Amino acid sequence: MAKRDRLSGNEAVAEALRQINPDVMPAFPITPSTEIPQYFSKYVSDGRVETEFIPVESEHSAMSAAIGAESAGARTVSATSSAGMAYMWEELYLASANRLPICLALVNRALSGPININCDHSDSMGARDAGWIQIYAENNQEAYDNMVQAYRIAEHKDVRLPIMICQDGFITSHAVQNITLLDDEDVKNFVGEYYPEHSLLNPNETMAVGPYSVSNFYMEARRAQAEALHNAKAVVKEVADEFAKISGRQYGWFEEYRMEDAELAIVLIGSAAGTAKDAVDKLREEGKKAGLIKIRMFRPFPAAEIAEALKNVKAVGLMDRTESFNDSCGPIGSEVTTALFRAKKSCETINYVYGLGGRDVRVEDIEKVFADLEDAAANGTTETYRYLGVRE
Amino acid sequence: MSNVVEIRWHGRGGQGAKTAALLLADVAFQTGKYVQGFPEYGPERMGAPITAYNRISDTDIRVHSNIYDPEFVVVVDESLLETVHVTDGLKKDGAIVINTDKPKEEIIPQLHGYEGKVYTIDARKVSIAALGKYFPNTPMLAAIVKVSGVMDRETFMNEMRASFAHKFASKPEVIEGNMKALEMAFDEVK
Repeated sequence: MAKRDRLSGNEAVAEALRQINPDVMPAFPITPSTEIPQYFSKYVSDGRVETEFIPVESEHSAMSAAIGAESAGARTVSATSSAGMAYMWEELYLASANRLPICLALVNRALSGPININCDHSDSMGARDAGWIQIYAENNQEAYDNMVQAYRIAEHKDVRLPIMICQDGFITSHAVQNITLLDDEDVKNFVGEYYPEHSLLNPNETMAVGPYSVSNFYMEARRAQAEALHNAKAVVKEVADEFAKISGRQYGWFEEYRMEDAELAIVLIGSAAGTAKDAVDKLREEGKKAGLIKIRMFRPFPAAEIAEALKNVKAVGLMDRTESFNDSCGPIGSEVTTALFRAKKSCETINYVYGLGGRDVRVEDIEKVFADLEDAAANGTTETYRYLGVRE
Repeated sequence: MSNVVEIRWHGRGGQGAKTAALLLADVAFQTGKYVQGFPEYGPERMGAPITAYNRISDTDIRVHSNIYDPEFVVVVDESLLETVHVTDGLKKDGAIVINTDKPKEEIIPQLHGYEGKVYTIDARKVSIAALGKYFPNTPMLAAIVKVSGVMDRETFMNEMRASFAHKFASKPEVIEGNMKALEMAFDEVK
């Protein structure tokens, strides 16, 4: 029986991890993800999980220890945010290149500077080319559900890649809200035991992890890694379909909200999508054909499918909670625009940078975006890169 | 969305405004409501002004923004009236509850012409009498429950007893004091 509860996003992720009972958790605290290892280490000391908790001295060590543990064949998890992830940078690439299905609970927080503890997506978006699968959540329920699905995706034999389970710092990580939890037994059966095909602790198979690769082989290794990330796409869908059977909650690569006949749409990630749904409902009541696409899986990027979902739209707002400093567009801006171009689909696009460093996103802000889109659909626009909610 | 009750808490770091907001979410959840309880963090340190929020609704809550037009405002620290515009956006048909030992007439002039209902409670007096220490958040929680009417007194007290039993499992001796603070606050708010 599913259990009705109320938890913060961090509590929800810690609860999922308790149910998963991974083998190893190396972690170093950083706001706003600290609570995840904090709550989880209590489960460890109370004997509610069998996990080896390693209180390392830095995030560089946390990811290094995760790589070591996962190479040995242990199901491994860590948690971090912002500068903590930045300090893992080198290891992020090693984890994916060594094809280690580590799970990282990432609580999105702005990178410095100015130093700031609040939400934006600059940490994970900066790591978007690190070869990790990236899954994002709108609320505590999705953070929990995504964590339950994480290892099934990452450890799949066609994938074997690390996965980031992301949620918005403070906005969902520290907000207590209603949630429906699965039974321990259901989670345990769903996630299953981990039997790595190759591991350093297998006495019958000698192997090297992370050796030097000359130019003769490096490119093939990268190509194989790209193929694995490509495979993750189908696996994310398969796992979501199976998860629906035990939870009644259906996930996909992205969620389409009131898109059937939408002429104006926005594409975004994370908690702002919930706020934007209220804005879409309001606009629909006024007779405007508004809709939204919430990206759940950003890596691999479901380019063709997003372009298809936008095919009848006259103007689209591409919403980035990060500044790419390329003077043209952000990650969602560039990737969706590329997808549209390749699908030979032409519509007005406006790329917005919003919500940096925890700048609040209100229903009224999203309504303003739709007003801009309505104008662009009617009159066109050359102002394709804009800031939302900034004091000029 | 019209059935959502929105509450904004103003306090200072260390006074437990965030904890009170989370407790309110907790008890409202126990009565079958959809809830949100969340803090807004500025510079985190003892004494700095902090804000916390509650949404309580009969239907699922999707919005994740802060609260700008609340039905109710709770001021846990009277000194904030000098520096924070606590009545900003507060609805006229709502109310504000302020922790103070001053008579209402002295407080109202500091509320920037707010026309709605003003309630006061001396949370220090209640807390010292019931707990022997100054924890303003427990009395303020009872005060806002009474003023907002989000649940009746008996339900609230029952849920809080259960919540304290869980929260203070390792020090049950503080439960009665906290319950007494809630009961007193219910009677004292005016």
